Amino acid sequence: MATVKFDEATRIYPGNDTPSVDKLNIDIADGEFLVLVGPSGCGKSTSLRMLAGLEEVNGGKIWIGDRDVTDLSPKDRDVAMVFQNYALYPHMTVADNMGFALKIAGVDKGEIRKRVEEAANILDLTQYLERKPKALSGGQRQRVAMGRAIVRSPQVFLMDEPLSNLDAKLRVQTRTQIASLQRRLGVTTVYVTHDQVEAMTMGDRIALLKDGILQQCATPREMYDNPANLFVAGFIGSPAMNLVTVPVTSDGAKFGNHNVSIPREGAGNGGSTLIVGVRPEDVEVTTNPDGLELTVDVVEELGADAYVYGTPTDPNIKLEGGDDNLVKPFIARVDGRQVPDKGGKIYVYPKSQHMHVFDPSSGARLG
Amino acid sequence: MALELTAARPDPALLDLPWRVPLEEWPEDILAALPRGISRHVVRFVRLSGRVLAIKEIKDDIARREYEMLRNLGRLHLPAVEPFAVVSGRVGLDGQPLDACLVTRHLQFSLPYRALYSQSLRKGTATRLIDALAVLLVRLHLAGFWWGDVSLSNTLFRRDAGAFAAYLVDAETGELRNRLSDGQREHDLEIARVNIAGELMDLDAGGLLQEERDPVEVSERIMTRYRDLWAELTSEELIDDSERWRVDDRIRRLNEKGFDVDELEITTDIDGTSIRIQPKVVDSGHHSRRLLRLTGLDVRENQARRLLNDLEVYSASTGRQGEDEEIVAHDWLASVYEPVTRGVPRHLVAKLEPAEVFHEVLEHRWYLAERAQHDIPIRDAVADYVATVLPGKPDERAVLGVDTEELPVVADTGP
Repeated sequence: MATVKFDEATRIYPGNDTPSVDKLNIDIADGEFLVLVGPSGCGKSTSLRMLAGLEEVNGGKIWIGDRDVTDLSPKDRDVAMVFQNYALYPHMTVADNMGFALKIAGVDKGEIRKRVEEAANILDLTQYLERKPKALSGGQRQRVAMGRAIVRSPQVFLMDEPLSNLDAKLRVQTRTQIASLQRRLGVTTVYVTHDQVEAMTMGDRIALLKDGILQQCATPREMYDNPANLFVAGFIGSPAMNLVTVPVTSDGAKFGNHNVSIPREGAGNGGSTLIVGVRPEDVEVTTNPDGLELTVDVVEELGADAYVYGTPTDPNIKLEGGDDNLVKPFIARVDGRQVPDKGGKIYVYPKSQHMHVFDPSSGARLG
Repeated sequence: MALELTAARPDPALLDLPWRVPLEEWPEDILAALPRGISRHVVRFVRLSGRVLAIKEIKDDIARREYEMLRNLGRLHLPAVEPFAVVSGRVGLDGQPLDACLVTRHLQFSLPYRALYSQSLRKGTATRLIDALAVLLVRLHLAGFWWGDVSLSNTLFRRDAGAFAAYLVDAETGELRNRLSDGQREHDLEIARVNIAGELMDLDAGGLLQEERDPVEVSERIMTRYRDLWAELTSEELIDDSERWRVDDRIRRLNEKGFDVDELEITTDIDGTSIRIQPKVVDSGHHSRRLLRLTGLDVRENQARRLLNDLEVYSASTGRQGEDEEIVAHDWLASVYEPVTRGVPRHLVAKLEPAEVFHEVLEHRWYLAERAQHDIPIRDAVADYVATVLPGKPDERAVLGVDTEELPVVADTGP
């Protein structure tokens, strides 16, 4: 068991001007499941590999427990990279498939058997230990592969997009398995993914990176409720938060023709506009001319709820996160029994308790 | 969604394959064999326009990535299978989307390690396979390729004058860097070690391993062989100014291991008493390049070494050492090499490649001579080899992985 600490950890690839990971600071508690997430090229895999000893650290330090591991070789760090490969050997029993790497490490037979049995117990594989992998179902085989990592009982598990080459169905199954397994084992785990849904469902905390810089590190709930900046707001949540640039007025801001009150930090920033964020489930939808006018493009029925996708009728109002080729729709969740008609007009504004305000120039959260 | 074909030289016949059917269910009549690797993916071999292609069903982005990676390895002249195409946008007959397929050319006369173990084997096969894999891994690492899944299963082997030459088959987890850190190289090596041990233990458990030594012990060889070769190719050497011949010595040692030194860094200490040398750019294929230049024969490194030795013997025994090398090589080719390789009847040509036949005939001649206690003319050795040895060998032109199993990891259906 161990804590992990990134202390101003920096990685600059030779020939690059900007760091791929820039002064990363994260404290990971003993037994915590931390997910590193972000778009491709954000530095999440590089950070994980710095921890594993597979990337040089050009500045700062990395600690596992009270050991400075910055310059230690991978095998001296007592970490295990999980699922790099998980070939199962057809002629070997499930027990041997799980324990053979320990034999290489010189662990004695009795100890191997003990650890394999413990792992099998956790993985519900006890009754299959003497069988061959062929006799197992697909999901059981997947668990045998996990067993290979567990029996090593490292201080830290490292997982780099372990689900990326699985099909969608198995991905969901395995996601749940890994998360519950980690909780049962209580081993500190750092997990890399580009998928925010995976991050939200698995992590005790999430560290979101962009361009090598940590944007926010918090619990999924905190990330969702209080995103530190525009980038976090747009990245976390599916469907994504609606982000609309609105004019500042003397008594707040105008969301369409609806007055919204804004926090004092927002009013004081001197700018004439602000960005207001509202999640789809926090949108008031009305047919009265109160709020931002939308033309309904698509209604996605989900039974109890429905998602309404609309475009602002005023072509000058564009949502953040779109680009020249793709106009980002405004998304609102509505009661599935009262959905507006496609092509119709609706008015939307944020519920006052669930509004996020961001500075348009810095992107920082204002309240 | 339309079927999309990405290929450098697309073959229209590729479009005739049943892309709307999951690879696992392709009809047997179009398959070249029913091959299976220990793999989470479905792999099939088909015969198309006179060649054998390997098809692997994987996710679109991974297929494209691996296709590009294999192309890059090819550009770097690294031994890897040749990518042929990516087929994506597949839709099943039921309208459901299907995974993409990565298509590679089958490497002629290559052998999966499991196929080798289903034959009766010369002792020490495992160590010769590991030696070949160590050379491959060093070459990949020198070029900045970080494999991530080094194993015997992800490698194909071709016979090389009694030894083997290894080729990368699976680049799914690989990355190309400018250079690799020691940690990255060690990580690959650790993965190789564990995988090789697992693969040998599996053969052992299946009763296929005829070695007496412990698989764990044998697997350790990858570490020592790799590290020795890496040190020989990259380490810095300090020599005294009076021992300048050692520079040549270092180059010769590398040549003997099959590497050419394209760039050697030589620095002199300030007081001029010692010289520091370090190879900066090395390139494998020292003997095969030399043989190619002399004879036009394109063979593997150990085969080339063997052929060059025989050429050397020919040159000495005919008293032509002072003559122009290329002229002697030409005569050797016409009077020694070609008569041997042409001595193989048509129905036996799928057994072994010509250069390997030549190597075996030389071995056979030595064996016959030892038994008879006098020299045997090469013509007699060929005749005896073709009559007694070659017919008993398996066809190796298109061995597609017999005696292997497929263990796909897929979602459980039902509760």
